[in-house]
Amino acid sequence: MSLQSPEAIDQVVATLLRAQGNEPERLLQHLIEIQGAFSHVPVAAVEALSLALGVTRSRIRAAIDFYAFLHDRPRGNFDILFSDNITDRMAGSEALRERLCASLGVGLDEPRADGRVTIGLTSCTGMCDQGPALLVNGLAVTALTSARIQAIADLVEAGTPLADWPAGFFAVRDNIQRAGLLLANPETTGAGLRLFLELGPAAALQEVERSGLRGRGGAGFTTGLNWRSCRETQADDRYVVCNADEGEPGTFKDRVLLSRYADLVFKGMTLCAGIVGSRRGYLYLRGEYRYLVPHLEGVLLRRREQGLLGEKILGRQGFDFDIEIHLGAGAYVCGEESALIESLEGKRGIIRKRPPYPVVSGFRERPTVVNNVETFLAAARIVEHGGYWFRGEGTQISAGTKILSISGDVARPGVYEYPFGTPVSQVLTDCGGEDAQAVQVSGAAGETLAPAEFGRAIAFEDLPTAGAFMVLGPARDLLEMNRNFARFFAHESCGFCTPCRVGGRLLEALVEKAAAGQASAYDLEEMRAIGNLMRQASYCGLGATASNHVRDVLDKFPGTYQRRLRDGDYTPAFDLDAALSAARALTGREDAGAHLEGI
Amino acid sequence: MNLFRLDGHEIPFHPGQTLMDAALAAGAYIPHLCHNPELAPHGSCRLCLVRVGGRLVSACTTPAVANLEVESEVPDIQASRRAIVQMLFVEGNHICPACEKTGACQLQAVAYYTGMLTPHFTHFFPRRELDASHPDFVIDFNRCILCELCVRASRDLDGKNVFAISGRGIGSRLVIDSPTGKLGNSTFAASDRAAHVCPVGAILPKRGAYAVPIGQRLYDRAPISQVGDVAANEGRRAP
Repeated sequence: MSLQSPEAIDQVVATLLRAQGNEPERLLQHLIEIQGAFSHVPVAAVEALSLALGVTRSRIRAAIDFYAFLHDRPRGNFDILFSDNITDRMAGSEALRERLCASLGVGLDEPRADGRVTIGLTSCTGMCDQGPALLVNGLAVTALTSARIQAIADLVEAGTPLADWPAGFFAVRDNIQRAGLLLANPETTGAGLRLFLELGPAAALQEVERSGLRGRGGAGFTTGLNWRSCRETQADDRYVVCNADEGEPGTFKDRVLLSRYADLVFKGMTLCAGIVGSRRGYLYLRGEYRYLVPHLEGVLLRRREQGLLGEKILGRQGFDFDIEIHLGAGAYVCGEESALIESLEGKRGIIRKRPPYPVVSGFRERPTVVNNVETFLAAARIVEHGGYWFRGEGTQISAGTKILSISGDVARPGVYEYPFGTPVSQVLTDCGGEDAQAVQVSGAAGETLAPAEFGRAIAFEDLPTAGAFMVLGPARDLLEMNRNFARFFAHESCGFCTPCRVGGRLLEALVEKAAAGQASAYDLEEMRAIGNLMRQASYCGLGATASNHVRDVLDKFPGTYQRRLRDGDYTPAFDLDAALSAARALTGREDAGAHLEGI
Repeated sequence: MNLFRLDGHEIPFHPGQTLMDAALAAGAYIPHLCHNPELAPHGSCRLCLVRVGGRLVSACTTPAVANLEVESEVPDIQASRRAIVQMLFVEGNHICPACEKTGACQLQAVAYYTGMLTPHFTHFFPRRELDASHPDFVIDFNRCILCELCVRASRDLDGKNVFAISGRGIGSRLVIDSPTGKLGNSTFAASDRAAHVCPVGAILPKRGAYAVPIGQRLYDRAPISQVGDVAANEGRRAP
């Protein structure tokens, strides 16, 4: 029986269904497992799942087509995806990828004829402090060098199973460079939960409200208010969801929090559950961090054994709460809370209409708190030490501290915790990035800062940030950043609304036109106009922020584009010589006479 | 009575109505493509953008509130809508002079309404197929604008789920739920509501495309701002 025979597929699906159930919302989790087993989701599996889960084939195919890590055609036995963030590129990822492609004799995204390997690109994998990085069959490999790439080529050629690859390839360092209120002490005990039981949910919620904590995922909604809305909405059930879909390019602090501080994160979720009255929580973990699952399951298991999770937590009758891990499969938009809930329900990650907001009607149409990893960690500390303790740092509007992910042209990349109100210049000094040409704050969707703005402060009232802090040194070409981000957003648009779906692709084409030296002044205005429409008219924050990087570079670094302009106000997008390439290919000609000169 | 003002005109509404619901009921036109009053608001085409309190919002998803000042037919909003229509044109393959739906197509009618004279943006020229496998209907994916009206009508009105949207980003596309992915192998029927909600020439009945001659069609006779949606007019003709 071959591995991919219909019998083998049926068997894998049957085993999965037995182990994980046939709830329709398990669909995505099943698909991820099947992809892992067969390097794609075979038609027979679609049919079997459709029958077992009562979900239409088209919905299953639509999910496969939506999530970047799912495929309807086989990938190689080794499916290698290079992280394609600008920081990976700055660290030389392109040359390494070309080298690996050449060594293994494959092009991009084409399985090798023997089915051994595929090589492709993927959005930022959250290893910016130790890039360039790649994923092999979903597992992260960091700190790529020529030597490591050659070793990988040899291992792939030899067909060495991943379990036998050098463990060092998969080592992920935490790189905690500066600890404050939240990171100072990774140890935790049951004390916070015992205190919670003494205080009672109302008083604990008051501490969270008193702290002034605002969501750390970027939007900055007041956490206490969020939890109170959820608690006060009439419902038969409520859910607590931790958003660990850390997809913003340049962000990786949640990876570190989950590696080193998982207990605190789960404790924060448990406290939230106690406050809002939830029995069930989910950790939505981005697929790129799949390597963390065994560790996280271990922590969950230990907490259950310690009576910190499960039924009757710390012996308290009626305090029941447990946490399940759900994996994502490569979709940036799922970091948005309503798209995340759709994904949690096994569907494509498309934004929901609001109102109603998730705290009123979220997962399974029940009130649902969705918070960032860092928010839950902060809440756990706050309940333990009190709201005033947290307020003691930061600014009037932005209480407490913010954990930054610092990468790019700096001497000491890693995770830094600062009180809100800290100026960018101090951060640059601390991380060894004083000669920065630009800093990209809060990821591709954030703001590009020029040196004149380095006095600005990390705070909701000045520079709100989800944590990414990418530094571009004096030799960098900011157009490369624009190209990278424009490609990223065009790839990650969910496609629901017109301005983001079409505008994102048009913007990408114009940035490429400028990079090719074909743009005119008119094109720059066109980039602004499209960007403006995306900002104002898009359905969600993805489209609304997707053009910021282009506007910022045009405004603050005008030379980036000006020096590349072709003469004249207008250059047509249509390239006559390029259009003749099909005719040249058909006639087998590549001589000078088959080209148009000077057009 | 609850009232808000649309470009200065008073529009009455019931609590729970959206700006779009109330405007349609009052006979005031706000351009739209993905909205059909028989189906839940969707908010994806973004054509019904109006300005409320300095922000652009979609009229079809925004609840009406008393005394709201709503701007709609003003030059900058019309320009944004025009750009969105142009984006829809270049994204697909919309060749009005060669289309059976010309004159009764909402995309074309909205293009006229917003003053679109050229596609403006670079054409994508996607390669899409045509599905003529069904005995009564043909689907030309070249003209699909991803409004999801057929998806929603099949799911919410017909209880069938014949259609779905697959993929993401610019690769998003309409797909059909059948073993072959073809319409002819699906449960789709000419009597489905989903067969009669397409605002463009993507889902078309076979035989009869030219029953009404070009020049005498819905929007040949009057602009969309006066006569409204194709589906609403079809509904009146054949209850």
